[in-house]
Amino acid sequence: MACNPVRDRSDKNHSDGNMSKQTIVEYATRLGDDALILGHRLSEWCSNGPFLEEDIATINTSLDYIGRARMFLSYAAELEGAGRTEDDLAYTRDCRDFKNLLINELPRGDFAFTTVRQFLVDAFNLFFFEALVGSTDTQLAAIAAKSVKESRYHLRRSRDWMLRLGDGTEESHRRTQTALDDLWGYTDELFHMDPLESELLDTGVAVDRAAVRLRWEPLVTELIDAATLQLPQPYTLPGGGRQGVHTEHLGHLLAELQFVQRAYPGLQW
Amino acid sequence: MALIPVVEKTVQTNADKSVDTSVDTSLTAAGGGPAVTAEEVLRRRRRQDPDTAPLWEILDQVCDPEIPVLSIWDLGVLRDIERTGEHITVTITPTYSGCPAMTTITEDVEAALARAGFAEVSVKLTLAPAWTTDWISAAGREKMRAYGIAPPVQRSHTVACPQCGSDDTGLISEFGSTACKALYRCNQCLEPFDYFKCL
Ligand SMILES: [Zn+2]
Repeated sequence: MACNPVRDRSDKNHSDGNMSKQTIVEYATRLGDDALILGHRLSEWCSNGPFLEEDIATINTSLDYIGRARMFLSYAAELEGAGRTEDDLAYTRDCRDFKNLLINELPRGDFAFTTVRQFLVDAFNLFFFEALVGSTDTQLAAIAAKSVKESRYHLRRSRDWMLRLGDGTEESHRRTQTALDDLWGYTDELFHMDPLESELLDTGVAVDRAAVRLRWEPLVTELIDAATLQLPQPYTLPGGGRQGVHTEHLGHLLAELQFVQRAYPGLQW
Repeated sequence: MALIPVVEKTVQTNADKSVDTSVDTSLTAAGGGPAVTAEEVLRRRRRQDPDTAPLWEILDQVCDPEIPVLSIWDLGVLRDIERTGEHITVTITPTYSGCPAMTTITEDVEAALARAGFAEVSVKLTLAPAWTTDWISAAGREKMRAYGIAPPVQRSHTVACPQCGSDDTGLISEFGSTACKALYRCNQCLEPFDYFKCL
């Protein structure tokens, strides 16, 4: 790949023992939470899609995201070595322990909102995972290699829908533009590097989100134009997902996601 | 399955093919199918290992729960079988991240080997290298077509209708009945069909 934002510093890999192990656990949890929460949002379309084929397509995309969440969270649990499993992480942590970015937890809205969010996030994921493939952490790299292929498919579909809705009827255009305006302020958080990720970037484990932005912006700008939509005026909403500070929506989402395990702890079927 | 000789170079893309004359073209499946990579040739050779050869045959009976005409070997999900004394380690890889079939496949592998008298079995899940549709065997592609699913083709090729063979087909949805399939329609016989996506 020509543009690889992951720095090649394999010599420093895992050199600081436990400290760096803990930061990788946190990093894998973040990526797992992003996938789990958005995967859950997409699953809410099951039986609510605009028509049968798109209902199925949305649910299949959801399944890819949840599969990705399972890989990241089971890796985090294994690396943590505290006897927890992916299920423990998904079903028994509370709001403040979830580290997903806020864009992923917003309610699914109408089909235009879901489409615009998927487009923005799919495009981000494609470039992010292309870079993570070069991670010095071999398990993260392996998960990324699987995810990148799927993200390519996801983006192909969400891009198509952006064009169809943006350049469709007056109503679809209006709804899509509204969704884009409402979501735009949440995109900044996708590219924020905090000290933990900067530290992991130095050891070649993490992805440089600023470099991902350089690839994301032109693609998104061009597609917005092709879909006859207007690029929103830049504005940034407060982030906080990585610190566990969420919108009021996450609690409601978790209430549904975790209900069975909260009501019947350890239940299996 | 015919044993295919190892080729010197790995063929991965159509672009490679056009410039690489060292490649034996008989390894390239017709109709947009994939060329056989050296890595895949090695996997096929593993079947000949006298230590594990009977085990590969036992696991030929384990099929994908969603496409029951395809064995996990045909699909390329079965990566390796190792034997240390009485202990058998089977390595499998998921097709898609969210593939819900892996648990069933793991159980089916254990059950098939147990029926054949092998009790000490562990099934290992590996992610790297990432599964690709190129690993589906030629026999698997044929079985898939006969089952009514169009096998994966490179993007430059048209997807032929598995019912009537017509090339006059169109995409209905990027996702079909499962994440690994897209939904197509045949404009000739007017039947809808699943297409196994090229991944
Ligand atoms: Zn036909």
